[in-house]
Amino acid sequence: MTAPLLELDTVSSGYGAVQALREVSITVAPGEIVTLIGANGAGKSTLLMTICGDPRARNGRVVFEGRDITQMPTHQIMRLGLAQVPEGRRVFPRMSVMENLLMGAQVAGHDPAPLLDQVFALFPRLKERETQRGGTLSGGEQQMLAIGRALMSKPRLLLLDEPSLGLAPLIVRQIFAAIRDLNEKEGLTVLLVEQNANLALRLAHRGYVLVNGRITLAGPGRDLLAMPEVRDAYLGGGH
Amino acid sequence: MAYALQQLINGISLGMIYGLIAVGYTMVYGIIGMINFAHGDIFMVGAFVALISVVMLVSGGIMDGPAAILIVLLVSMCVTALYGWTVERIAYRPLRGSFRLAPLISAIGMSIVLQNYVQVAQGARVKPIDAVLPGGITVIDSEAFIVQFSYMQMLIIAVTLGVLAIFTWLVTRTPLGRAMRACEQDRRMASLLGIDTDRTISLTFVIGASLAAVAGTLYLLRYGVIDFYIGFLAGVKAFTAAVLGGIGSLPGAVLGGLLIGLIETFWSAYFSVQYKDVAAFSILVLVLIFMPTGLLGRAEVEKV
Repeated sequence: MTAPLLELDTVSSGYGAVQALREVSITVAPGEIVTLIGANGAGKSTLLMTICGDPRARNGRVVFEGRDITQMPTHQIMRLGLAQVPEGRRVFPRMSVMENLLMGAQVAGHDPAPLLDQVFALFPRLKERETQRGGTLSGGEQQMLAIGRALMSKPRLLLLDEPSLGLAPLIVRQIFAAIRDLNEKEGLTVLLVEQNANLALRLAHRGYVLVNGRITLAGPGRDLLAMPEVRDAYLGGGH
Repeated sequence: MAYALQQLINGISLGMIYGLIAVGYTMVYGIIGMINFAHGDIFMVGAFVALISVVMLVSGGIMDGPAAILIVLLVSMCVTALYGWTVERIAYRPLRGSFRLAPLISAIGMSIVLQNYVQVAQGARVKPIDAVLPGGITVIDSEAFIVQFSYMQMLIIAVTLGVLAIFTWLVTRTPLGRAMRACEQDRRMASLLGIDTDRTISLTFVIGASLAAVAGTLYLLRYGVIDFYIGFLAGVKAFTAAVLGGIGSLPGAVLGGLLIGLIETFWSAYFSVQYKDVAAFSILVLVLIFMPTGLLGRAEVEKV
C-alpha cells in the first residue's frame, strides 16, 4: 500500500465543552475517493474543519503528505495543497463569481487563467454568471461556485462537505459526475462527507461510518452499501 | 449667492478631511465589526507628526514648495501607519475571540493613552505654525462679497481626491483589496482559502491610519493650530459621517464626510457658529432614527 495522503491518528476535537470527535482514525490514499457518512450531528463537518486546524485537534495527530499539521495555523495548512468546500458553501456574497474564483487561487502562486478555463468547462453555468454577485446565485450555482473556488488552488486533496444538501436531484447528479470526472481524469483525491449515503457509497472507493463522533464501520463503498446495519441506519425509510 | 458659493467651497474642503478619517472607521468596522474609538487620536498623531516634520524642514530652511508638502505628507503617513499597526497589535488582536465589548473598551483606553502620551511628549499648549501655502484665487469679486478659493483648499481637495482614487483602486482591483473584502464578508472562509487574516486586518489598520495621517496633515496645514485634544471632536464627527453614509460602506464614508462638512459650514454661516456641532450631531440622531443603515449602507439580512 502506498503512503497515505492524509492520515488522522486518534484525533479528538470539538467546540467549547462539546466533544464532537472521539479518537477518530482514518486514512486517505492518493487518488482515492473516501466518504464519511453519518447522521446529522455525528461530527462529520467538525472532522473536515479539524483537518484544516479550525478547531484544532485536542488529541491525536493530523498528517498530510507525511507532515504533521496538527498545530499549524489554518491559512498555512490550506497552502499545502488542501482545499475545502465547507458546510453551507460560504460563497462570498458581495463578490462577483469571477472574484470568488480568483479568491481560490489567491495564495496559490500560479497563473489562474488555465484553471479558470477548466472550472468554466466543468460548470458552464458559472461562465454565464461571471459578473453576478455570489449572494444572488441559486443554491446549486453556489455549490458549483464553492467547488470551482476550491479547485482554483489546484489541490491534491479536496474536502467536500455535503455537496448534495438542498439541491435538486438533477444538479446533485451533475455535481457527483463532476467529482468522479476530476478523480478519474485529474487524479484528484477526495474526502467526501455526505448524508446521502446511497450516492456517496456508490461514488467512493472506501467509506467510514461516523456515529456520535466515533468511527463504527469502515470498508469499501460497495461492501458498506450491502451491510444490513448501514442499510437500516442510512438507507432506509429514515431519510 | 456669492456668500453661499464661498460656504460651499469651505464646506467641501472641511468635509474631505472628515471623509478621510471616516474611511478608517468604516474599514475597521467592516472587517472586525468594532468601532475603533482611538482612530480620531490616530488622526491627531498624524497632525503632530506633520507638525514635527514641518518644524524640522523649516529649521533646515527647506520648507517651501510642493516637494516639501509631499515630504511632510509621506513622513506623516509612514509614521502614523506604524502607530495604527501597533494599536491593533497590542490593544485589539489579543482580545480577538473575546466578548464583543472587550475591544471597544480597549479602544477607548487606547484613545486616552494616545492623548496623554502626546500631551506629555509635546506639551498641552496649542501649537501654531506659519501658513505654508498662503493666498488663493478670487472667484467672484463683487461689491458685496469676495469669494476666495484658497490654494490650501485646492490642495486639500486635490490630495483627498488623489488619495481616495488610489485607495479605491487598491480595494477594488488588487489581490490585497480582494483579501480585505473576503475577510470582511466571511473571515473563517478567507482563512480556509489560505488568507492570513491577522495580517490582512493589520494592513487594514495601516491603510486606515495613513488616510487619517493625510487628514491630520491637511488639517494642520489648513488651520495652522493643533493640540493633543483635536482627535476627539474630529473623530466623533468622522464617526458620525461614517454612520450617516452607512457604516461599512466606503463611498458612504466619503459622502457622509462631505455632508457633515457642508452641514456644519452652512449652519455656522446662516445660523450660529456656537451650535454647529449640535447641528452635525442632530443629523446623526435623525439618521439613526429614520435610516438606521445610513445613506449607502446595506441591511444586515442576506440571502445565504
